[in-house]
Amino acid sequence: MADAVTTEEVRHIATLARLKLSDAEVERFTRELAAIIGYVEKLREVDVTHVEPTAHAVGAHNVFRDDVVQPSPGAAMAMANAPQKQNEFFRVPKVLDQDTV
Amino acid sequence: MATMQTATEIAARVREGKQPAGEAVRACLERIEQLDGELGAFLWVDREGAQRRADAVDQRVAKGETDLPLAGVPVAVKDNICVAGTPTTCGSRILEKFVAPYEAHVAERLRAAGAIVIGKTNLDEFAMGSSTENSALGVTRNPWNRGHVPGGSSGGSAVAVAAGMVPVALGSDTGGSVRQPASFCGVVGLKPTYGRVSRYGLVAFGSSLDQIGPLARTAEDAALVLGAIAGADARDTTCLEAPVPAYADELAAPLAGTRVGIAREYFGEGLSDETRAAVDAAIGILRANGADVVDVHLPHMTYGVACYYLIAPAEASSNLARYDGVHYGHRAAANDIIDMYSASREEGFGAEVKRRIMLGTYALSSGYYDAYYARAMKVRTLLRRDFEHAFKQCDVICSPVTPTTAFAFGEKADDPLAMYLADVYTISANLAGIPAVSVPCGFDGRGLPVGLQIMGKPLAEGKVLSVAHHYQSLTDHHKKVPS
Repeated sequence: MADAVTTEEVRHIATLARLKLSDAEVERFTRELAAIIGYVEKLREVDVTHVEPTAHAVGAHNVFRDDVVQPSPGAAMAMANAPQKQNEFFRVPKVLDQDTV
Repeated sequence: MATMQTATEIAARVREGKQPAGEAVRACLERIEQLDGELGAFLWVDREGAQRRADAVDQRVAKGETDLPLAGVPVAVKDNICVAGTPTTCGSRILEKFVAPYEAHVAERLRAAGAIVIGKTNLDEFAMGSSTENSALGVTRNPWNRGHVPGGSSGGSAVAVAAGMVPVALGSDTGGSVRQPASFCGVVGLKPTYGRVSRYGLVAFGSSLDQIGPLARTAEDAALVLGAIAGADARDTTCLEAPVPAYADELAAPLAGTRVGIAREYFGEGLSDETRAAVDAAIGILRANGADVVDVHLPHMTYGVACYYLIAPAEASSNLARYDGVHYGHRAAANDIIDMYSASREEGFGAEVKRRIMLGTYALSSGYYDAYYARAMKVRTLLRRDFEHAFKQCDVICSPVTPTTAFAFGEKADDPLAMYLADVYTISANLAGIPAVSVPCGFDGRGLPVGLQIMGKPLAEGKVLSVAHHYQSLTDHHKKVPS
């Protein structure tokens, strides 16, 4: 269980969540997350031994359809909102360093 | 005034050839023109397209098509639901320029039923919020008092209906986001059973909680829209196969003999005196007209907010991982790909979305998963069982929708936990997956609407709407129009 949320933890979580937070945001979220986590700790009062988790509230599971090929969006539709593209590819900044290629 | 026609009236007249489909559309567009500069319900209005599609509906009527339950009915759609070829922003900078390349299941159904989508409505960013203050793209005002919030996250849809800009609208409800703004704006708002309506084309927030539902001025109109959008869809595997009943027939089921459950957990600390008085009076009217009022007990309801604010942010943090600046949405300038992800998300998301991503990532992170997310999913089971047990003793459960009427702008904006705690009465229906409707039941001393919540067993939409319909036929609150 967590003690008070620390700024180091918040920076670590921000890295996991791929959010480039400013220092002011780190300070603010440290305070706010501590308050919210402090509140949700009340769930510790509840005895959940032998209780199954609920995922689908009405209990549907293992829904299958026939294995038939369905039409799928073409490249033009899939690319329509691309921030940057080149031919039929999404263009992104370099993924690997020049040395490692 | 044509815009104050109900959807039921418009559809009947258009089907019978007594009124062209364009008539209600034009009236709505005029009312939007007149009011929306101030109220800000819409993010986008499809003026020309709506007229064109109205003509197409007239042609379908002329050709003898009769299966048009929403013939010529103008509908506003919350801007987290994809309508092909139109902007779908989720009230977020990160999707500000996104144009939906495909159609949500509900949008297909509306079109097939003869409805005309005339615009997209404002919301809290990615449906995260209870006031629509979290939209990055505009301010939406409560038509009953422009200094007060409309509620959220479907604030734009609630305002559009309340102010007579459309007869009906769609919203989405993850923790109260249809019912709470409906309550704050004095309209009917229904959250169906989880799985009753396909989520295909609804931008995902909390996938085990999200459900699309109608807002309308009458329960009858909400039932009409629900009948058109409910039902199985293979593209959402959580969507239920159960047949869709004729809700219009179910509305007529007698109120007399209906067992109305009252749980004291909904009437405790924090409930304002005026809201309590209005809800008590509404329950009194149901009782006076033949309903049997019984006490029920929901011991785990007190844990609802804590459960919800672990489960919903956890699911949101996972769902929102897709906004990375690669395939669509805002992309920040950056030198390498990791920096591009992080900078795009930092620039594109607002404070509340970041807060929930952080909270959800924390709750799912190594070492905390069992203590937070897994535990919340188990407490959720206990809450669901509370409802199952209660519904052995009653047919519906009545409660307030919110502890207070609409609050002023900025009143809770700096205290996220206080904002979350105000969702206390709506969240349980999402956690338990049950249907719940908000129906106007009076006004406070400042003239702000109060809502009555009616919850039912899974798939008992017809029953909760029937009780709401009887209540509306006995009262006039829903006939008042904001000036």
